[in-house]
Amino acid sequence: METAMTNNPTKIKKRKSRPSAKGKGIAFLFLLPSLVLITVFVYGFIGWSGYVSFSNWNSLIPDLSFVGFKNYMTLLQDFRFQADLRNMVFFTLFFIAGVVGLGQLLAVLIDQKIKGEFIFRNIFLFPMALSFVVTGVVWRWVLNPKTGINLLLEKLGWTPGWYTSTEVFPSISIGQIEFGLPLALIAVLLAAIWQMTGFSLAMYLAGLRGIPAELREAARMDGASEWTIYFKVILPQLKPITFGVVVMMLHMSLKNFDLIYTMTGPGANFVTDMPALYMYDTTFQGNFYAQGSAIAIVMLILVAIFIVPYLIRTRRGDA
Amino acid sequence: MKKKGQWLLTIVLGLAMMLAACSSGGSSDEADGGSGSGDSDASSGDSSGSGSGELEIFSWWTAGGEADALDALLDVFHDKHSDIEVQNAAVAGGAGSNAKQVLSTRMQGGDPPSTFQVHGGAELFQWVNADKMQPLDDLYKKNGWNKKFPDKIIEMNSQGGHVYGVPVDIHRGNVLFYNKKIFDKYNIDPPKTFDDFFKAADKLQSEGITPLALGDKGGWAATMIFENILLAKLGPDDYSKLWSGDMAFDSPKVKESVKIFKKMLGYINDNHSSLAWQDATQLLIDGDAAMQVMGDFAEGYFLKKDWKPNKQFGWTATPGSQGEFMIINDSFGLPKGIDNEGEVKKFLTTLGSKEGQDAFNPVKGSIPANLEADKSKYDEYGKSALEDFKKADDNDGLALSLAHGSAATPGFLTKTNTAVNQFVTQKNVDAFINALKSASSQLK
Repeated sequence: METAMTNNPTKIKKRKSRPSAKGKGIAFLFLLPSLVLITVFVYGFIGWSGYVSFSNWNSLIPDLSFVGFKNYMTLLQDFRFQADLRNMVFFTLFFIAGVVGLGQLLAVLIDQKIKGEFIFRNIFLFPMALSFVVTGVVWRWVLNPKTGINLLLEKLGWTPGWYTSTEVFPSISIGQIEFGLPLALIAVLLAAIWQMTGFSLAMYLAGLRGIPAELREAARMDGASEWTIYFKVILPQLKPITFGVVVMMLHMSLKNFDLIYTMTGPGANFVTDMPALYMYDTTFQGNFYAQGSAIAIVMLILVAIFIVPYLIRTRRGDA
Repeated sequence: MKKKGQWLLTIVLGLAMMLAACSSGGSSDEADGGSGSGDSDASSGDSSGSGSGELEIFSWWTAGGEADALDALLDVFHDKHSDIEVQNAAVAGGAGSNAKQVLSTRMQGGDPPSTFQVHGGAELFQWVNADKMQPLDDLYKKNGWNKKFPDKIIEMNSQGGHVYGVPVDIHRGNVLFYNKKIFDKYNIDPPKTFDDFFKAADKLQSEGITPLALGDKGGWAATMIFENILLAKLGPDDYSKLWSGDMAFDSPKVKESVKIFKKMLGYINDNHSSLAWQDATQLLIDGDAAMQVMGDFAEGYFLKKDWKPNKQFGWTATPGSQGEFMIINDSFGLPKGIDNEGEVKKFLTTLGSKEGQDAFNPVKGSIPANLEADKSKYDEYGKSALEDFKKADDNDGLALSLAHGSAATPGFLTKTNTAVNQFVTQKNVDAFINALKSASSQLK
């Protein structure tokens, strides 16, 4: 994959042009093993999970009798699941906004041909090298209201509860839950954005470097101010990058498990809970296999809603 | 410039793909989590130690005194059977939160460990009901364990007239630990009743000390407080009827218990959801909090921090449960589908023996299930626990812990933990009772 990227475009085109029938057959043979494995272990098991989610298998004894949408109905009426969906929506919105906004800002700043660019780039990229588990544990203690950063903030007279807060803002009663942003999520957002901003920074930096200098010069010749150049010339060019970053971050935030599990757990009143966490508890603590599968399928559908348009778009781009 | 940009893009995309690979790996785990059963061929059992001479022991004893206790037990076993190679397959995580996931995947996948740690009672019965366990009646007969273990402990390891687990330890769940210095300073006596408790709590609160330390990040610590109130208010008989379905969750006494629970929650530290139970115990040691309701494994934590019983910390039964003993019990069983039954039985024999239990329990801070065990090996707290157990046993004061998986099915427990988590914040008595009622469909 990487070599393909470094080859210049003309070469790629050449390779693509009209493969012979024999070449096609060989290519297919090479693809076959991974095709079979993926069919069985990814799509096969997705199908199996879907099947289980319609069954009555809610104990250690497999019971595959069909119960229709019962597991899904139970879920949707469930306080914890409603809270999960709320948390997921708000987490995703703010996480993506933070990563995209901050990454872009930092990339533009670093692109100013400053001294020591290399150092800054690495400092910002470094958190990405950590696993979410490490991030979770570190931030758990940094933001612990009794031991962490609050020891400093206390002197300024401000002692936020961070992830122990149970407040939801604005709290509008919908279903069984209070709808709004749980303030506890802000702590998790801080950690997640800290970790992933480096990624979007690098993407944007690459994007900025890929924009030919001629474009800026032409705009300058036409008398555009630097601001106008950024907003009218540079940013539109970065659109594909933004799109890529958003899709990457989206599926990460929808499947978020490790960060939450190590940092906060489900939280008081489930203010920091996520569907993946609920799925784990349901399936492996409570042995509700069918309900756990239903949660997995709901998550899959949610991810698919966002990823499938991306796939369609990339396909069109290729053609 | 352009080239450099491309180079950077390459690296980023490469990284992105690695990430995607990692996370999609995770997600497929998650996705097929519900389908762990798969098709299992008999040969997959091999990895649990093929042929004789190997033994895989599965537990969640990875930390501090627990791991040391297991090692001490394995030393005893090694002295007797040096030809058997033991593989210690412990999975970290308090109260077995992670180990249970690994275990259920392996059991359902037809790859059981040679023997595994399990809480006696409902948690063990789920495996019996799923037809995954072998009875140990002959082993009990051979070792005369029917006389050597307390009846109640044998009962909680038996179903349908057969016994399926060998108990190694007993912990007490209804203990209230307190910081002795604080109690002495403010002239507070260990509370025996709920009135005493609330009086003491008011006083402590007015002095700026958190009366009750709670660390419920793991989800079950608050459930322990609730089950102890239930035991105190209902008594052991009615308490056990709750789990057999003979007592409704909307009965007046349960409601009264919930109201006391609510009142007690007014005295906890407000960062409880960020703490594990050890962190809450640490609040006592730091002098920030005065009391903690916890199983007596907390004693192990005190000892590790060089706190001595009746010197730095004191203990009493939770309010209103003086004569009662909430049992938390770890057992080991014999799964079906393993090919080294003989070795496992040798291990279980050591596990249940006087020597094995005397090596294990003093280190872990628990009391032995084997009545022949040497009482002089236990510290001041251990001796009092042994005495309390005997007294409770004589007066029908033994009860099974819900929070530790013995009283009711994992399904009911999970739903209860969820309801308790909500209640700790919302404090809505009626909603909590309704949640318990609807969860009670999981009791069977």
